[in-house]
Amino acid sequence: MTSTTLLFLVAGLGLVAWFFGRLKAAGLQKNGKSARSVLHSLPSYHGWYVALWAIVPATIFMLLWSFISPALITDAALTSPAAAQLPEGGFARAAILSEARAIAYGNQVNAFNPLSQAMVNPYRDAISYYQMIGVVSALLMVFAFGAYAWLKIKPDLRARTKIERVTMLVLLLASLIAIVTTVGIFLSLVFESARFFSMVSPIDFLFGTEWNPKAVAGPRGETGFGAIPLFWGTVFIGAIIAMIVAIPLGLMSAIYLTQYAPAKFRAWMKPILEVLAGVPTVVYGYFAALTVAPALRDFAVSIGITSASSESALAAGVVMGIMIIPFVSSMADDSIAAVPSAMRDGSLAMGATQSETIKKVLIPAALPGVVGGVLLAVSRAIGETMIVVMAAGLAANMTANPFSSVTTVTTQIVQLLTGDQEFDSPKTLAAFALGLVLFIVTLLLNLIALRVVKKYREAYE
Amino acid sequence: MNSLTEMKRRPTDWQGAAMQKRIARRYAAERRFKAIGMGAIILSAGFLAFLLIVMVGNGFRGFTQTELPLEIDFPAATGGVSSSQFEGPDANSNLQSMGLREIVDSSIDLQYGEAGNDLFSPGGWTTVNAMILADPKIVEQKATIYLPVVSEIDVAYKDVGNPEAEKRVSEFSGQFSTGFNWNFLSNSDATDPMQVGIWGAFKGSLITMIVTLLLAFPVGVFAALYLEEYAPKNRLTDLIEVSINNLAAVPSIIFGLLGLAVFLNFFGMPRSGALVGGLTLALMTMPVIVISGRNAVKAVPPSIREAALGIGASPLQVVFHHVLPLALPGILTGTIIGMARALGETAPLLMIGMRAFIATPPSGITDPATVLPVQIFLWSDEVDRGFVEKTSAAIIVLLLFLLTMNALAIYLRNRFETRW
Repeated sequence: MTSTTLLFLVAGLGLVAWFFGRLKAAGLQKNGKSARSVLHSLPSYHGWYVALWAIVPATIFMLLWSFISPALITDAALTSPAAAQLPEGGFARAAILSEARAIAYGNQVNAFNPLSQAMVNPYRDAISYYQMIGVVSALLMVFAFGAYAWLKIKPDLRARTKIERVTMLVLLLASLIAIVTTVGIFLSLVFESARFFSMVSPIDFLFGTEWNPKAVAGPRGETGFGAIPLFWGTVFIGAIIAMIVAIPLGLMSAIYLTQYAPAKFRAWMKPILEVLAGVPTVVYGYFAALTVAPALRDFAVSIGITSASSESALAAGVVMGIMIIPFVSSMADDSIAAVPSAMRDGSLAMGATQSETIKKVLIPAALPGVVGGVLLAVSRAIGETMIVVMAAGLAANMTANPFSSVTTVTTQIVQLLTGDQEFDSPKTLAAFALGLVLFIVTLLLNLIALRVVKKYREAYE
Repeated sequence: MNSLTEMKRRPTDWQGAAMQKRIARRYAAERRFKAIGMGAIILSAGFLAFLLIVMVGNGFRGFTQTELPLEIDFPAATGGVSSSQFEGPDANSNLQSMGLREIVDSSIDLQYGEAGNDLFSPGGWTTVNAMILADPKIVEQKATIYLPVVSEIDVAYKDVGNPEAEKRVSEFSGQFSTGFNWNFLSNSDATDPMQVGIWGAFKGSLITMIVTLLLAFPVGVFAALYLEEYAPKNRLTDLIEVSINNLAAVPSIIFGLLGLAVFLNFFGMPRSGALVGGLTLALMTMPVIVISGRNAVKAVPPSIREAALGIGASPLQVVFHHVLPLALPGILTGTIIGMARALGETAPLLMIGMRAFIATPPSGITDPATVLPVQIFLWSDEVDRGFVEKTSAAIIVLLLFLLTMNALAIYLRNRFETRW
């Protein structure tokens, strides 16, 4: 019996328990004439009460059992006569055992090592033995706890209160998942980065100018992990080129839509801009690599820049900027809308034209909000992966020439982690160190941006 | 001081030449500014239109395939088999043992000479296979079947190919026909661009999305209800709120690193499976659902809660019987938008190994799988020019799904949104 079927079985029994609990409570209600036998809770709460008692302890047991039983199974298999032939300790023993285990569970068909083949049957016996213990105890627990709860059903049982307490616990646990995820991200990045920094000095990593992980030779004294070219490439594409495209276009779009456009035009144009934000990044990446990059290279060659790369920073940056336009535009839209209309009306009443009002009153007043929005846009752009993976290059150049190829942090993370590599090599671990830097930088940008936007909102409230 | 008194004495001469010139200049600046705004909008929308035109222009050809007629004399080639063999459950293995592939190859030799095998796609016999399974009567007669040509000739016929392929196209011009590429919808990944399909990736996407939805939706809704309705104002609640807002802004690739370090290496879950992909995307989607869910719950007016409390509902009954049903359309809208984002996500799935070559569609949550956007990424890396149109065609399919989901979200919002 697999654990999935067992889970379904327990769930089905829970349903039965719900039914019986409800039935008993309903019976009590029907027979109860005197005030003392009026039910405290509705019958369905009694049903839930019995069902939860039946399911929850058994499920917790099954979870624990799935952690404990592999060790017990291995111990039992090792007491078999076949285990006497195994080599003492070390890697060979572990390899044989894991192979035998894989065959016994049906994940693998044939053994490479005859010793593992001999271990398969003891393993199978142990597995079926302990699996049976698990199944029987789980089912016993369902019945025992279910019966206990069923017997406890009385008119004055506060079933609803108990159920509500459990539900509140579930709600709280659901909210805690956000914290667990954040902590999980942070710890996994820090933990793997610490392993990386035990091999490569953090100073070399953060301030080195040579990035060439392929050339890394020995287990100690690694070089070629200088991440400065990656940081420059990321800033060049995400914070400079993309923003040169996105800020003017996004800001002017927002201004036109909020200040000039007729309502009908606005009602059509806004969703269209939102579609730009909904296009998957892999599509932008393909568009950049297939259409924009060759066009830009041809253009560069035609104006005499013969060294232009087909994986230019410009192509990735421009397309990333296009992707960011709706984001900048909606942030600017919000902050312009938050400027009190008295300021705008006052300026217009003094005889300023609309564009003078926008340039001299609205934008200065909305500037903190716009800056916050731009910071959020930068944080999104430097974390963006697919466009740069597909359109930017892999060469870690430190150049300000937009037609040459640069590489970014996210590109290198993808590059380092794809393909079959040892998980302990500094090449793989470097990806986590890069991820940690990216995480901290985007976190800081977001915190600053949110604080700026919040301060600015408060100023006008 | 002197000029000020002078100004006070004389009112501005609005009709004067200097003032007229000044006003004209200001109005010109106004018009310029407005035109720049208009230009920005048109440019932004133009980018979108250009992107769509490029994708559709490249992609629609991916749904068609170039075919050449092939005459197969089944009675002569097989020595006269009866069609009854190819009905029922053994049909496929009977076809294999009959040597259908060799029959197709020798028919090609017969009709197009020795060089004929360079004309037809090597997987073309599977088309014949499927045709016989659909209609076994074919094997008792002479049949003319249109089979897909090799990728080079396909490219050359549709567009401009290499000179050699172009020569062959002109050699057989007039015999080509264009058919709908059903394989593209029913096959999985392959090495031959004529045989690739998106079914495997589509199924992978579907399974991954189901896992994501089952995990992210309940957790997101519960967290939104707790934070909006019950959470006391304390440190823990602040911490939860900060975490959720941060998670919503963390780059997606970081979630991929989390999935790799925690789900694959720490918990030892199966690599490349839809389970890990769905888990990773669920962590990404959950904050989106929480944030939109909180807004939807906040929009339910307090009078509803007070009325329910007034007639004796418990705080939990208030929320589950009244607030949640009223907030559900808003929550669903947010969920669909979050799911659409997850459906288009690529980077975190590359990290957890969903970029393998998957030639058979996954049948469970632990089978190696790939998803549509990753398939697009993989095909975009292929050197063979035949993959260009397939990549664009897959993009069209992906965009259609995303548009449908977004349209559904907008419809839900307009149809069920209550203004209190």
